[in-house]
Amino acid sequence: MDFSLSEEQQLLKDSVQRFVREEYELEARRKLVASDIGYSEEHWAKMAELGWLALSLPEEYGGIGGGPVDTMVLMEELGRGLVVEPYLTSVVIGGGFLMAAGSKEQKTELLPKLAAGELKLAFAYAERQSRFDLNDVECTAEASAEGGGDSYKISGHKGVVFHAASADKIIVSARTSGGSRDADGITLFLIDNNADGLSRRDYPTVDGLRASELEMDGVAGTPLGQVGGGAALMDTVVGQAIAAICAEAVGCMDVLQETTNEYLKTRVQFGVPLSKFQVLQHRMVDMFMECEQARSMTYMVNLKVDEADKVEREKAISAAKVQIGNSGRYVGQQSVQLHGGMGMTDELHVGHYFKRLTMIDTMFGNKDHHLKRYADL
Amino acid sequence: MELAFSDEDLAFREEVRTFVADNLPADIAESVRRGRAIDKLDIQRWQRILFDRGWAAPAWPVEYGGPGWDATKRYIFDEVMSEFDTPETIPFGTLMVGPLIYTFGNQAQKDRFLPKILTGEEWWCQGYSEPGSGSDLASLQTKAVRDGEHYVVNGTKTWNSSAHVADWVFCLVRTSNEGKQQEGISFLLIDMTTPGIDPKPIISIDGAHHLNMTYYTDVRVPVENRIGEENKGWTYAKFLLGHERNSIAEVGLSKQRVRRLRKIAGEEQFGGGSLADDATYAGRIANVEISLTALEYLNLRFLAEEAAGRPIGPEVSMLKIKGTEIRQKLTELTIEALGYYAMPFEPEQLTDRWNEPPIGPDHAAAQMPQYLFSRAATIYGGSNEIQRNIIAKMVLGL
Amino acid sequence: MDMNFHPEDLAFRDEVRKFIGENLPNDLREKVRRGLHLGKEDFEFWQKKLNDRGWFAPHWPIELGGVAWSSTQHYLFQNEQVEANCPSVMPFGVRMVAPVIFTYGTDEQKQRFLPPILDSSVWWCQGYSEPGSGSDLASLQTKAVRDGDHYVINGTKTWTTLAQHADWIFCLVRTSSDGKPQEGISFLLIDMKSPGIEVTPIITIDGSHEVNSVFFTDVRVPLKNLIGEENKGWTYAKFLLLFERSNSLTGGLKQQLHRLKTVAAAELSGGAALRDDSAFAARVADYEVQLRTYDALELRTLGKTEPGAEASYLKILGTDLQQLASELTLQAVSYYGNPSIRDALVYGYNEPSIGPEYAAPAAPQYFNYRKTAIYAGSNEIQRNILSKAVLGM
Repeated sequence: MDFSLSEEQQLLKDSVQRFVREEYELEARRKLVASDIGYSEEHWAKMAELGWLALSLPEEYGGIGGGPVDTMVLMEELGRGLVVEPYLTSVVIGGGFLMAAGSKEQKTELLPKLAAGELKLAFAYAERQSRFDLNDVECTAEASAEGGGDSYKISGHKGVVFHAASADKIIVSARTSGGSRDADGITLFLIDNNADGLSRRDYPTVDGLRASELEMDGVAGTPLGQVGGGAALMDTVVGQAIAAICAEAVGCMDVLQETTNEYLKTRVQFGVPLSKFQVLQHRMVDMFMECEQARSMTYMVNLKVDEADKVEREKAISAAKVQIGNSGRYVGQQSVQLHGGMGMTDELHVGHYFKRLTMIDTMFGNKDHHLKRYADL
Repeated sequence: MELAFSDEDLAFREEVRTFVADNLPADIAESVRRGRAIDKLDIQRWQRILFDRGWAAPAWPVEYGGPGWDATKRYIFDEVMSEFDTPETIPFGTLMVGPLIYTFGNQAQKDRFLPKILTGEEWWCQGYSEPGSGSDLASLQTKAVRDGEHYVVNGTKTWNSSAHVADWVFCLVRTSNEGKQQEGISFLLIDMTTPGIDPKPIISIDGAHHLNMTYYTDVRVPVENRIGEENKGWTYAKFLLGHERNSIAEVGLSKQRVRRLRKIAGEEQFGGGSLADDATYAGRIANVEISLTALEYLNLRFLAEEAAGRPIGPEVSMLKIKGTEIRQKLTELTIEALGYYAMPFEPEQLTDRWNEPPIGPDHAAAQMPQYLFSRAATIYGGSNEIQRNIIAKMVLGL
Repeated sequence: MDMNFHPEDLAFRDEVRKFIGENLPNDLREKVRRGLHLGKEDFEFWQKKLNDRGWFAPHWPIELGGVAWSSTQHYLFQNEQVEANCPSVMPFGVRMVAPVIFTYGTDEQKQRFLPPILDSSVWWCQGYSEPGSGSDLASLQTKAVRDGDHYVINGTKTWTTLAQHADWIFCLVRTSSDGKPQEGISFLLIDMKSPGIEVTPIITIDGSHEVNSVFFTDVRVPLKNLIGEENKGWTYAKFLLLFERSNSLTGGLKQQLHRLKTVAAAELSGGAALRDDSAFAARVADYEVQLRTYDALELRTLGKTEPGAEASYLKILGTDLQQLASELTLQAVSYYGNPSIRDALVYGYNEPSIGPEYAAPAAPQYFNYRKTAIYAGSNEIQRNILSKAVLGM
């Protein structure tokens, strides 16, 4: 049992911290968020150059072969910086799917590009009716005569697809058999972002990212993994994604907790710093404890996300997501409250972290969803 | 970062499992399951069994009779204990005064006291709080005045768990009124049979006698029973507060309670099925279980720090706060699970004197008393408000 | 004890309903229902309608334009409007400064300021908080120095809601530094067109522009614009705060609940409506029970003429519920809380909505409502008031 970082992990952490310090002042981030594409291609190239995009990918495909804990270290620091580049969707999720289910050809073609920063991926799974059920899929895919049996035509709607506009390829869940909400019969496909029959409506999101609505009408797609076996694959990769955003949330919470602590010590009202009021001290302690519980669960889930025992693994994932939802809500709301009016302003970074934490709760199922899932396991 | 147990650890876990399965007396396990009162003799019997195996005090160094386990083994040991209906550890001897004696006591004190703490032969209680000194412990007024080779102790201690069955008490007493109030306190070990000591029961809201008010009138205590230096008692008491804080979370105990709660919810009928299948109720159990997992991993992080030889800071107070909140929540969920059968109040049912069939399910009688007494958990051992003050000041610098 | 409304109260309620039905245009109702942004003209329109009917300032003295309603009628009037999706009334003139003017002002001030408040031709804003004086309002530093028959004002006010639309501002200013901080404060009415006033927007976390900073540089204000006595401003401000806090929230909360239920009926979860999901249904039920408690509390306080400490607990409980409802609504829309298109909140936005139409305001409202526990005396300050004034601590 050991919860310390290796030397390499510590170096990685330092390097991401340096990047965030140098590139991610709130004003710089504000400019990125307002820019055309909503992030920086230069940052992306730098992330490739520093080896972060390759971190979790296998060595034989140009990666570094890191594990979930390495990704966790990276994500936590990206969270501290509220970094907007599509790391989660491209590498953790897109790369995760390719590693878990890609054919030899797909891996050989795509993973080295991903590691080099020459390929971006997005994942389209949510539908209007699906809420948080990954298996509630109404998009359909039919085998097409063209392309020799390995080509499908995909039709239907996908909603709130993060970073779809910047992606070169999009991984789409669609039904090849079975009824809506059946676990069996879902297949994942790779489609090109400029494919015929795909129309996209792009928009910004509350937390400063970009997302799109996708309309697909006979879009050509290649299966990723076994036909009909998409549900298990999504469980695996979304589990990894959840472990990663837990770390991002911990980074966000830490910043809020530290900033609020500092504010209480410097803001003087009634002739004393706010930090002298016991009611505010205890609130601050509760925020601190939420952060530490969230961090503990984030370590736990990242150490268990590859666990072989399915129930043990899924319970770890849902438990962590519930904790992160609860802690993120408390820390976010109270940070705003303790900053008073200043916490309400767009000018201060507090609100931006709060918004990201709020949206992280929604990602891949909120605390209600995961509480139920945990209880059912 | 890694979590996996070594093969040696896994073998150790099996060894402990086998041992407990083979040696935990069935009557004790049955009492624990039903939440019946477990008397001193039962606890001594179980401790003797552990002692004979060399496991009576998992955290003690080998030279004083401990097993010399690392943090992982101690964690596994607690974990296995929670898998069975083992009785709660009474903390005063092995967890509290024992470590204090082997850390600050002289050789004679170690020789005199440690062996009988290990065997469970001598029972200890704690004499800290006073009627006027609750959260503000350092304001204590019980006086110890030197008279030759003795201290003469006068005053009143309160909230003394087990004082009515204890053989010895470790006490904080005032030996000086000069300087800051923390600087005039000494730490004394007092034989409960000394003339002038008079424990009176305090009946708590669960209707039971756990607590006492203890009066000291001209009680003569040999100077050799003082730990360390005169007027340095506060330092030792603080050490005790910091020591074995890792066990204060009582994760194992709460896991045992979760297991029992699940069983109870599975047996309770609800809408034609069992209560455990009700989505809302299941969600509430899941919520506490998730909090307990968070606490467990928080605890493991502290254990790993300790194992790596790094000092544990005051943030360990979190374990007390969260651990007691979870324990209270579990007792609350249990009485909710029982519905009406949480209401019959017949404390006699929890004793050997009860010969009639139980009212409702046999585990029911204990639950309301446990819920009620669990309210004490956020008050004792430094109330949770005091723990938050500690974190605010010493960790967050507020 | 009788929790039922009297027949005459019910008749009154019907009269209010009828009035609203006849006077509130559909597009305005729709804007309010959907939680879209309202412009100044929207508020003005409805306030004028109310004034035409003599109902714009019901709590004013009758001779000045008020009506002789019972407290129950006031309650019904407010809540009927909210439930029918009427725009709210901008409180700064009619509910805030006006009671101060008619209670402490001179006859000249009453004649000059009250009629334009009644016909909504003059808009007011509130100049209380300062960058260094939030919860500790009495520490305010904006100075007013006598110069002949004028005060010269220098300083900064902040969190000034809708200052960008206001014609006048009522301000707390420091006229003396002697004695306790409360004893050197005066209450001034200031024309926003006075030279030396500069308004700059503060954008809040939901992306909206409601609040502003107002900078005063050598702003000259005639002495006749002083309310009551010099250095007695704190007394008038406390009087006003009680009115500010006694604003009924029940109607708004019911409206939020109604919106939440609409969303929960339309959203799907596992192939059925979200409202049938037992965990979500339990949360909504829990909210509704708390709302009933709040309503019952508010009804109990109706008989009292002077709003007192109950204003503090109603503020705490009411704002907690406002926040909770907005949070549940955000959870209900799930992924569709993410898209953030400012124009989608403007009536007449021509693009189809992203996801369901009701989703767009969910996140902005949730973020915006964090303010409710901070403004008008933070909920921590309200608890301080209660522990001191009610519990004697």
